[in-house]
Amino acid sequence: MEEKVIRITAPTDKSVIEKLRAGDRVLISGTMLTGRDAAHKRLIELIRQGKELPVDVRGQFIYYVGPTPPKPGEIIGSAGPTTSGRMDAYAPALMEKGLLGMIGKGARDEKVKKAMMDNKAVYFGAIGGAGALISKTIVKSDVIAYEDLGPEAIRRIKVKDFPAVVINDIYGNDLYEQGRKLYAIL
Amino acid sequence: MLRIINTAKITSGVKMLCIDANIYLEPALKKALHRFSREEESPAGREVFSILEKNSEIAELEHKPICQDTGITIVFVKIGQDVHVVGGSLEDAINEGVRQGYKEGYLRKSVLSDPIERKNTNDNTPAVIYYEIVPGNSLTIEVAPKGGGSENMSAIRMLKPSQGIEGVKEFVVETVQKAGPNPCPPIIVGVGIGGTFEKAALLSKKAVLRPFGKKNPDGKKDELESELLTLINKTGIGPAGFGGRITAMQVNVETYPCHIASLPVAVNIQCHASRHKIIVL
Repeated sequence: MEEKVIRITAPTDKSVIEKLRAGDRVLISGTMLTGRDAAHKRLIELIRQGKELPVDVRGQFIYYVGPTPPKPGEIIGSAGPTTSGRMDAYAPALMEKGLLGMIGKGARDEKVKKAMMDNKAVYFGAIGGAGALISKTIVKSDVIAYEDLGPEAIRRIKVKDFPAVVINDIYGNDLYEQGRKLYAIL
Repeated sequence: MLRIINTAKITSGVKMLCIDANIYLEPALKKALHRFSREEESPAGREVFSILEKNSEIAELEHKPICQDTGITIVFVKIGQDVHVVGGSLEDAINEGVRQGYKEGYLRKSVLSDPIERKNTNDNTPAVIYYEIVPGNSLTIEVAPKGGGSENMSAIRMLKPSQGIEGVKEFVVETVQKAGPNPCPPIIVGVGIGGTFEKAALLSKKAVLRPFGKKNPDGKKDELESELLTLINKTGIGPAGFGGRITAMQVNVETYPCHIASLPVAVNIQCHASRHKIIVL
């Protein structure tokens, strides 16, 4: 993994995405969307029906998270990444709509990896289990769609120096595979 | 001597356990995170350990859950045979404790009333409860909130007895390999060997609940645990799956007698937080 840290601002454009490589450590600032399986399912249903989405995903990053409820005075509760594989069935359609980044934890399937290469989108890993620490980088949080889904509602969050690592870049590299190979003892 | 325990005491106990288990890491585990943040060979892995250690400090300081997945609530109850519970149903009292704990502790409600309909009960009930009748007149309650990410990576297999201990080792390592980065490594691995299909699964769950750092009192099993840990840490998955030497921090094995034709093996995967808290009433 690279020692340097790359600062990126979200939403962004493909010129930024093209420069990222698996293993790069990044600090993300700006605004991102949040969503888990239930919200993704609804979005994909709308796409299938040819209807407009409640949020414009072009250039956006989506963070796979279902936070704990905020205590009075808190912006957001604990907010670490959830397992991304559950969004695999839905992710390619959102990339086709212009989504440029996904943040979660755990491996993606081949279809998602191919869609990342085809649509020039990246997948970032956040540290699973670090929900309390990550919540400190979220400075604003508003539910913008599907409030009835509770923790699974779509939020727009404002982040400052959100820590993540590039897992899959647009060139087909995968940190999970590379890292495992580097340290495996056969 | 017969003892009477009121359900109100059980409810308030469960409530406190739900909140505390989600906020405070076991002290021995916290120390281990610190030690591994220096011992892990991979730089990215060392940083993951530092982040997890810092995360636990923030959780304590701000009274905030360690992780946003505050789990489905598993409750192990050991009821002394000389205990008489009064004041209503024991099961209702436990679920009421979960309800209050998840509300007042600002914990996430992650339980659905039906696996197919998938509607949230909005209070994290019902808990998954196991009862055991034991000698004596005390009542022990252990609460273990279990996250979906690690639970989903668990597995069970009915091996042929001819596959023996080598088959067991292969299955454990294979399960961890398949899980890869998904269950939030560094993990704790619970292995249940023997009994029947469901007994092995329950043993593997009990295995993950062993206090962190505690050795298996059975020398042979302790050896097996060390060997499994070495094998798992050869996979290279590493902290957060970024590559590294420490994929698992501990492997715990529990066994039970079994049928002449069977060799059941269950592997329960636990995330780094290994949340569980216990009280004795």
